[in-house]
Amino acid sequence: MLAKIISTYGSLLLEAMGQTLLLALCGLFFACILGLIFGLLSVLRSRVCNIISTIFVDVIRGLPMIVLAFFIYFGIPQLINTFMVGTRFTLSALQAGTIALALNCGAYMSEIIRAGIQSVDKGQMEAARSLGLPYWKSMRKVVLPQAIRTMIPSIINQFIITLKDTSILSVIGFPELVNTAKNVQANTMRPFEVWFIVGIMYLVVITILSRFAKVMERRINRGRE
Amino acid sequence: MAENNKQTKIHVSHLKKNFGDLEVLKDVSIDIHEGEVVVILGPSGSGKSTFLRCLNRLEEITDGTVIVDGYDITDKHTDINKVRENVGMVFQLFNLFNNLDVMGNMMLAPTELKKATKEEARETAMRLLKRVGLADKADAYPAQLSGGQKQRVAIARALAMNPDIMLFDEPTSALDPEMVGEVLQVMQNLAKEGMTMVVVTHEIGFAREVASRVIFMEGGYIVEEGTPNEVINHPKEPRTIDFLSKVL
Repeated sequence: MLAKIISTYGSLLLEAMGQTLLLALCGLFFACILGLIFGLLSVLRSRVCNIISTIFVDVIRGLPMIVLAFFIYFGIPQLINTFMVGTRFTLSALQAGTIALALNCGAYMSEIIRAGIQSVDKGQMEAARSLGLPYWKSMRKVVLPQAIRTMIPSIINQFIITLKDTSILSVIGFPELVNTAKNVQANTMRPFEVWFIVGIMYLVVITILSRFAKVMERRINRGRE
Repeated sequence: MAENNKQTKIHVSHLKKNFGDLEVLKDVSIDIHEGEVVVILGPSGSGKSTFLRCLNRLEEITDGTVIVDGYDITDKHTDINKVRENVGMVFQLFNLFNNLDVMGNMMLAPTELKKATKEEARETAMRLLKRVGLADKADAYPAQLSGGQKQRVAIARALAMNPDIMLFDEPTSALDPEMVGEVLQVMQNLAKEGMTMVVVTHEIGFAREVASRVIFMEGGYIVEEGTPNEVINHPKEPRTIDFLSKVL
């Protein structure tokens, strides 16, 4: 039976895995940007910037992603169409999913980046500034490269969590792996086999990713310590 | 500014520095001239490091006037980065850039600030590394160096910007005893070449031999100042006498 499901639905599930990866990549890309922006805002010596960053992180972390996804997918278009009469604004499941993932992951990334920057001894920034280098140049050339090295394990961890979180976006109908598997289950009435296959697929992809990440981490750290 | 034959490099008048409610510097005034080596002594908590860090505005100045190299650094409109290019600083904990090798440490500021091309910066760096006896360490990362080597690289890194003034913040305090000498030797050579230096240290021997002027600070004030002979060998103020009796 397992073999039959694989031969009949294998390519469909693989395609769905592709959609999962696409969504994860889109989400992660924007999450990195958001994380960097809000992470930097939280370490600047400006109360206003710190508060903006704290609010962003607290709000997003305080919301289940499923609520965020529904709010963005259904709520935002309604709001826009109510205020701008005559428009028929909609978000595709991919767009809404990307936004939800990016916000969610971005908040955690922001915390990782903040912690990473703060883990760099402040003497590094002082030494750079004492040579006449401006703040942002010191940040870019001295502090961030060191911060990134300590951040890498946490960032990879966050990437994996985000990849798994894409499954939540099956609720807004994005045809990623879980959503597709539900349909396959309905067609075949073989939940054990279907979810077994899906589980293996996630496991394989995530294991490959974390192995790859380990290699990268080792390469970055080589010769430095 | 007084127009001596030696130019005034640093002019400090009525400098005050508070950390919150804590007054660390209460009223400090001093003039430092070209080529002078001023050594600041004093117990911990006397404000000597804070004073030094006010001279390149690593600490925001609460009140008073500080003029460095002709720039009023207490004026908000002064481009502090321009001033810092000419004021090197050496830190107690070296603060070499851990993500860069020795050459990278030396070349970063000169190239980023367009003071030199890559080739010029590399040449200057090699010349300075030779001078501090570390030409063979150009490719090493900070983690591979001993404390004394790190501090000598840190001095060379500051010199790579070709500064007029060098500030030393307890440069030997974090070193193992056997490495203190090599760092002091580099500093002594620098002094001989006529560099204007302000040195916060606990090395009384260095103060005695190298300083052109010794300042004793306590409680946020300059308590006593004069030649090494005056301050170290014949101190007048009871607090200076008390301090020296403990460290000598």
